[in-house]
Parts: sequence; structure tokens; C-alpha cells
Amino acid sequence: MKDELTQDQRSANLKGMGSSRKRVEDVRFTQGKGRYVDDIKLDGMLFGDFVRSPYAHARVTSINTEAAMAIPGVVAVLTAKDLEPLGLHWMPTLAGDKQMVLADGKVLFQGQEVAYVIANDRYAAADGVEAVEVEYEELPVIVNPFEALKSNVVLREDLEGQTEGAHGPRKHHNHIFTWEQGDKEGTEKVLEEADVVAEEMVYYHRTHPCPLETCGCVASMDKVTGKLTLYGTFQAPHAIRTVVSLISGIAEHNIRVVSPDIGGGFGNKVGAYAGYVCSVVASIVTGKPVKWVEDRMENLMTTAFARDYWMQGKIAATKEGKITGLWCHTTADHGGFDACADPTKFPAGFMNICTGSYDIPTAYLAVDGVYTNKAPGGVSYRCSFRVTEAAYFIERMIEVLAIELNMDAAELRRINFIKSDQFPYQSALGWEYDSGDYHRAWDQALNAVGYKELREEQAQRIEDFKAGKTRKLIGIGLTHFTEIVGAGPVKNCDILGLGMFDSCEIRIHPTGSAIARLGTISQGQGHATTFAQIIASEIGLPADDITLEEGDTDTAPYGLGTYGSRSTPVAGAATAMAARKIRAKAQMIAAYLLEVHDDDVEWDVDRFSVKGAPERFKTMKEIAFAAYNQAIPGLEPGLEAVSYYDPPNMTYPFGAYICVMEIDVDTGEHEIRSFYALDDCGTRINPMIIDGQVHGGCTEGYAIAMGQEIAYDEMGNCKSATLMDFFLPTAWETPTYTTDFAVTPSPHHPIGAKGVGESPNVGSVPCFSNAVHDAFRPFGLVQSHMPHDHWRIWKIAKDLGLHS
Amino acid sequence: MIPAGFEYHRPADIASALSLLQTHGDEARVIAGGHSLIPMMKLRMADLSHLIDLQDIDGLKGITIAEDIVSIGAMTTQNELITNDELSRRIPILREAALLIADPQVRYVGTVGGNVANGDPGNDMPGLMQCLGAVYTLEGPDGSRAVAARDFYEAAYFTAREDEEILTQITIPVPSMSGYAYEKQKRKIGDYATAAAAVMVGGGNASVAMTNLSDTPIYSAEASDALAKGDVDGCVAAALDAIDPQEDMRGPIAFKKHVAEVILRRAIAKAQERAA
Repeated sequence: MKDELTQDQRSANLKGMGSSRKRVEDVRFTQGKGRYVDDIKLDGMLFGDFVRSPYAHARVTSINTEAAMAIPGVVAVLTAKDLEPLGLHWMPTLAGDKQMVLADGKVLFQGQEVAYVIANDRYAAADGVEAVEVEYEELPVIVNPFEALKSNVVLREDLEGQTEGAHGPRKHHNHIFTWEQGDKEGTEKVLEEADVVAEEMVYYHRTHPCPLETCGCVASMDKVTGKLTLYGTFQAPHAIRTVVSLISGIAEHNIRVVSPDIGGGFGNKVGAYAGYVCSVVASIVTGKPVKWVEDRMENLMTTAFARDYWMQGKIAATKEGKITGLWCHTTADHGGFDACADPTKFPAGFMNICTGSYDIPTAYLAVDGVYTNKAPGGVSYRCSFRVTEAAYFIERMIEVLAIELNMDAAELRRINFIKSDQFPYQSALGWEYDSGDYHRAWDQALNAVGYKELREEQAQRIEDFKAGKTRKLIGIGLTHFTEIVGAGPVKNCDILGLGMFDSCEIRIHPTGSAIARLGTISQGQGHATTFAQIIASEIGLPADDITLEEGDTDTAPYGLGTYGSRSTPVAGAATAMAARKIRAKAQMIAAYLLEVHDDDVEWDVDRFSVKGAPERFKTMKEIAFAAYNQAIPGLEPGLEAVSYYDPPNMTYPFGAYICVMEIDVDTGEHEIRSFYALDDCGTRINPMIIDGQVHGGCTEGYAIAMGQEIAYDEMGNCKSATLMDFFLPTAWETPTYTTDFAVTPSPHHPIGAKGVGESPNVGSVPCFSNAVHDAFRPFGLVQSHMPHDHWRIWKIAKDLGLHS
Repeated sequence: MIPAGFEYHRPADIASALSLLQTHGDEARVIAGGHSLIPMMKLRMADLSHLIDLQDIDGLKGITIAEDIVSIGAMTTQNELITNDELSRRIPILREAALLIADPQVRYVGTVGGNVANGDPGNDMPGLMQCLGAVYTLEGPDGSRAVAARDFYEAAYFTAREDEEILTQITIPVPSMSGYAYEKQKRKIGDYATAAAAVMVGGGNASVAMTNLSDTPIYSAEASDALAKGDVDGCVAAALDAIDPQEDMRGPIAFKKHVAEVILRRAIAKAQERAA
């Protein structure tokens, strides 16, 4: 058989790895044909809605549901008393704590779930919520974690007297855990003996992932079959199935969890919420499907927040600028319950990546988790576990040290980078960085933006400002970040005891197309596009002929879901490994068909050909047909494989970001003049999707750095519960980005890919913030906390005496 | 964000609308574009049983331009205001301000009448109408009356309009002053002003009003007089004296006063430049 196409043409036709293949998902999304939880309508479906606490800390003295029950359409009102006999008035959190499903005697944050109204339409449910009469007795409110550790007020009365928590000793009734990493004594000694020590408190404020689609579910208990189907906005459907089974007592085979299309997750949809539990109970009690979908205010006020880390840092260096030690003490505000979503052994996530991209010989980290009267959560908002906090901390401390040393911050970074020949690199806080070439990336970035010329322009602007010729300053924000993603090796990564492997199952159809199912779930990342590309490159079938399915626990192999940039590092590896199993069998079939020994055929893009005789070959399509329809001695019919991948290590994507910002000293307004983002995420599967991820992550980072926050007043009232005050940038505010890349493959990943979804959030937040700081550095600014909204920038200028 | 139940009315003429208002008293509200009222209903902060939609009443729409006066029907959308070239030629500050309101989607539906009648200190049109010396026509059971924009606003959401009256028209004298500027600082598209200033100046006259810096829009005769004389510092001092901003997520009071001054000075400079 003669083939007219060249090897390159055949390769291009596959649209495999490296192709900017268009997203197959977008046809339905751009035509309004996506199917989200709120699109699910089942016969006889009821609707749930919550009565929520207006107070941040109060005793619930009575709940009267009589008037609510009298409203036409209201079917039932659940309170903690109703859930208690089932043992479901509290639920376990992902962090080893427990959380009230419905207020059990008291409330600990504004918006906490107090009662759950079930009605036969959405309007009646809301009317019922309004009619429930709850009496509260207000209690003293604590919104500051430092005050919480000094206060006599006991927030968690249920834990009173418990001096041991899920992560070790508790030092105070409002204290959750202390987590220590590294060498305390050694670091203190380095600090004492250092030429230079810079010290600063770096606060990464509380914010929220705010996905466009809020959280919700539809629970449907079939009383005939005894099977519970739970549709929901779950980033980890399999884990949800196991957790539902464990807490409800329903056997796992009788639970089917389905994540349909999800409109963004960013960590917000990892945790288990009261709405899920109440909807399941309501469906079991009524025998009807029950839908619960939160509104925007509920999402912002009550579902998992992000950050809220007070990071006290000390960084030691020689007078030439070589860093000798890093010390960090973090006070972590967890809100009323510890509902962080971190691997079990990491109560502060991977905060111990806070040595960043730098070769720091000695380091120490301690994190104290604290209860306050704020919403629970502490998820990773588009970052691997607490990595954005760590990156912000070290990238701010580098800038603070540069000021102390009177050095250029780009040069200070350069002389401290881990060198490319030091990989795999053992960090002082316990990680093994897989690969990197930071110097190359840094030089590429500085050259691309014309760093030297920018500094000259900035110097001129400062002169002009001092001479009264302008009221605008230029800030040049620098960041070199190192991510740690792909959680993770089962030996040290689990959530609630569930090992953090992931999976892929591939089934080749007789005519040479395929379906693949994974344990992950796309929330906009484009899995159906990119994972098909991995398979296409591995087994030589066109990506267009490969269907991807995720999110239905009855059909997909078990996996821990999508968050923490883990899909490509873990499930992507499983996909490649499953594909390789198929290719191994295909090789045997091809050899049989070509009547040669297995070792006498070789892989060639989309076929096996006889070594030395490339005109004799069998395409993967031909092999697939033979696999099903030809009796091959010693081989079972069929062509499919499954792989469960337990990664040997994390992956460590990195990047160099540079922002140029103009700041109006009088109004506090800013303009992002340029933003350059170089990402090295190892092997690139789909460059277009990487660009999209970088644009999205940088826009979230821009929002966080420049205005987005979950703010409370001293009474614990949430002041930013609507999109009026919670900053979500529109196209108008969104900067224009210039993306760039380098490729340093991961040595331990089957295709060398590292993951990229979260890098831009991790890298851009310190970059924007450093730009603000850099603008005011010549006038004496050392540290000012985010978000850098107009009034806070105005205050920086005012405090520096720039408004006289 | 689910509103309580209500009756929906859609009268075809103003008399029917007024009759509905009289019948249902303070349980009824008229709705124009609804961008302020509907969110309040969804939050269950606006408690009403009858919603009277004005969109089928023909007489409430349209822009009429005479030699020295412009009339704008209350149901005219912000977009219609922006796209009327003749209006923009005669009173260009209207387009300049309207383009700073919300976003195109909102402006296709949001009305000028709703914006000025609601009494929300965050709305841009009330301050602008005060600056322009506009007059509002109020139709009630006893006929119509005219109230100057400068006399209309009493406190946040409290205006000179009686419960059974409907604001039907806005008339604006075509200004003799050729210098104009509407300056607004906001956190993002769609946001209310942190501070905004409307300035008209020229031919020895001036007019100055400010938005979202008090519980009503602020027209200052003293500031206007000072600017008419060319006394910019006096104008700014008088305007700052008249405002009473409150702290919110946009910032503390001192910041708002500072920004009010910056924005006002920018508006004055731009208006003076255009007048020259």
C-alpha cells in the first residue's frame, strides 16, 4: 500500500500534542447548548433554599417554622434537630474538622445555614425562607485572627477542652493547628549572623474564586432501586461519591455522582457544602428530586474563600545579596470551621514551597491556623494548595530585601536562582524540584520587555515627577515564580484518606475511533480537547476521532478530580500510560498481520511499519479493525486499556512575569501598560489553550492584586457580597497580555508536561503588586497590603507626603 | 435573589397608570428600565404588590429639540440619548455623561426618567440635570406640575415626587455656555462614581454639580458663581464645602474628598479649555 502523505502531513492530521487545535467544547458553550446543573429538570423536582444567619456570632435560641409551613407550596423545613437523628447535623470537612450542616445551637459566621426550606417551586421556597422565624442572641464577634488567639471568647464550644486537633496540639481555644517545616534553630542562627536581614509582614487578603456558575446540585433518590443520583458542580465527583457513602451509609454502588458542564471552579467547587447534604436528605425524605442552586451573594458570603494569610517574614543575606536563610511565621485565618481543601498531611497546603525559585540553604516555616467569625474555606483559588500565598510571600520578601540591600530586584533574583545543573533540587523545606532553567527564562523575559530601557524611562519619570511636570509614576513589577502542582504521590498525598492518583480508560472502536474516560472533570480547562491530543500523539488516531468523557462516576474510572493543576500532571500521565498499553498490544497485532516478529516493527506516527521496509505497514485504524475482527493466536479480541497513575513526584512549572504600570498619584487609579508572561510548563500540549489559561489566570490575578477582596466590618458583616463591591474585571479593565514560553520537560512525567492552569494566578498577583510597590520605592515605600484599589494607592501616596 | 409575588400591570396611557397608582397607593411602584428597582425586589428590599410597567405608554418616549429647549420623555433610554446626534450637538455633555453610565447592555434598557426619578445619589443624571438647570414634569391625579431638578432631591431615595405622581418629562434649556465636562472616577465599568462632577462654563456664566458625594446630588450656586467669575479655587472650596461623602468600599471620607477635588478640577479645566 502506498501512502501519498509525508510523515509531517500524517502527524499534522492527527492534531496531536503541540497543535493549537480549536476547543471541541466551544461549539456548545458559544451556542448556549452547555448543560449545567441548573439546566437539569427532573419530573416532580422540588427546590431547596436556605435561611441564613444575619449575625456573625450568635446563639440560636429558637426556630419557628409554622408560618413557613403555611405558605402554599412549602413541603418541609429542615433544621439541625431534624438532621440530628441521622447524624447529619454536622459533617466532616476536608481538613479533618467538622462543620455544622445547619446551625446547631449557634452560628459562627454571617450567612451560615440555619434552616433548609423545601418547596415545590423556587418562589415558594424563597417565600418560605422569609417566613421562618429565628431568634438570635448576639455574641461577641472576632474577625481578626490575632485577637482570636488572645480572646476569652470561645468560638468553637463543641471543641472546648480538646487540646489535640486533627493536625496536632491546639494552643488556645480558638487555635486549630501549628504546622512546622524546616530547621528552626539553624534558621535563627543564620538570621543572627547574617550581614543583612530584611523583615516584613506580608498580608495576602481574603478573596474568593467567584466562578461564573455558582455551586449547586440536584439530588435524586430512587426509592424503588435504592439508588441515589447526585448531579452537582463537583470538581471531584468520585471523592464526593465516597464521602457521601461514608457519611450517609448508602453503599457506594448505590450512589451515582454526575458533574455535568461546570462553569468555572477555581477551587470553589472542591469542598462539600451544606446544600449538598440537605438536598440529599430532602430527596430521601420526600422521595423526589431536590434542586439547590445558590445565588451570587450566597456564593460570595458562604462558600469557600481563598487566602487570608498573615505572613511574617525574615530574609537573611550577605551584603553582596546572596540569600542565606528564610524564616516565615504565618497566621492563617480559617473562619468558623477548618474547611481547607488540602492534602491531609499538609494543613497549610504546600506553603513550604515559599523558598520559591531561589537556592536558599536554610529555612523555617511555621503556620498557625486560627478560628474567627468568618466564612470557612481556605481553598486554592486557581493555585495548587496555598502556592499563591507562598509565591506572593517570597516575591515580596525578595523586593523588600532588594530595598534593604539597595539593589536592583532583577539582579538580586538572578544571583539567587537555583541553577539549571542543580536539578533535581532539594529545597530547604523538603521538596524535590524536578527540572528548571530559571536563568534562561529570566534573561529571555528581561530582554523581551527591554528591562534596561524601562528602568531608564522610570528614572526620567521620577525626575519629571519631582519637577512637577507629571503626576503619574511608573512601576515595573517583577516576578519569577515556581509552582508545585500535580498532587500527588499517594505516599504523602491524600484527601480524607483517598490517595491522590488519577486515571484514564481508553477504548478503541473497531473502525479506528475511540472513547476515553478520565477521573478528572473539566470546568473550562478544555480536557476534551487536550487529552484527545495526548492520545492522538501516542496511538496515531486523529484527535477529532476521540471522544472524551468525564464526571459520571458510573462510567469513568476513579480519580481525585480537577484542582491544583493536577489534571495534566496526573490524569494526563495516566492517559499517556493507557495509550501506551494500547500501542503495545497494537504492535503485537501489527507484527502478526505483517508476518514478522514483534521486535521487527517500529512505530511511525500513525502506524507500525517493518523495520527497514517502511512501505510495509499497518495503520492504527487497520490494527483496530483486526483487533476486534480477526482471530489472532495468543491475543484476546478488543483494544482497550486503563491506567491508574500514581505520580512519583510533583511537577514544578515556573515562569517569569513582568508588568509595567502607570499610577495616578492623585486618584489612585492605574493603567497596565504592558504585561509579559513567560511560562515554562514543560511539554506543551495545546499552545492556544495554554495562552487562554494564562490570559484567564492573569486576569484573576489582576483582580486579586488590584481590588478584589472579601471584606468584613468589625461586626462580621460581609461588605463585599455582590459584584458591585467584589471586583470582577470586565473586558474593559482586563489588561492585554503578551505571552511567551520556554520548555523544560518534567523528567518524571511520561510526556514531560507539568500543568499550567494555575501558574498565571500564582505568578501574576505578586507581579501586579510588585509593580505598585516599585512605583513608590524611590519615595520610601517598603510594604503595603493588597488589594491595591484606588483609595489604598491614594493612601500610600498620602502617607509618603506626595499630595502636599 | 428571588422576588416576592406581585401583580404586573402594563397600562397603555398615563391616565390608566395614574389610576392604578391611586388605587394601590404605596403598595404600587412604576417601573421604567428596572435596573434599580428589580435588584431591590430580588433582594426583597423593595416591598411592593403592584408593578406598573410604563413601556407601553407612547407619550413618554422621544426627544424633542426646539431652538432653546430640549424635551426628553421619561422612558427615553440612555442609548437613545447617546445616539441622538442633534441632541449631542446642542447639549454635548449629555452624551459625555451617558457614556459613563454602566455598560451598553444596561444603557439599551435603562431610562433617563428612571435614572432621575429614583433619587439614588449614585445615579449620574440627577447631578447633570441640576448642572443644566433641567425641569421635571410630574403628572398626578390633579394634573401636572413642574419641579426644578435643583429642588427635586431631598435625601437618598426621597424626592419631591408624591407617591401618586409619575415623572413624565425632562426639559432642559439649551445652555449658552459652550464649555462643558462630565468627569467620573469609578472602580470599574458599571460602578457608581467614587466622585463625579458636571461643569458648564462660558460667557461669564458657570454651573457646577457633583454626584455620589452626598445623600443627594449637589448643585452649588456658590461654586457656580465663583467659577463664573473665573475663581477656580473659590469654586472648588465652595463645592467641597457642600459635599458630605460617606465611607464605603470605594474608600474613606478623606479619600473621597480628595478625589472630589481632583475630579472637579479636571472637569473645570476641560470645560474651560472647551469654552476657549
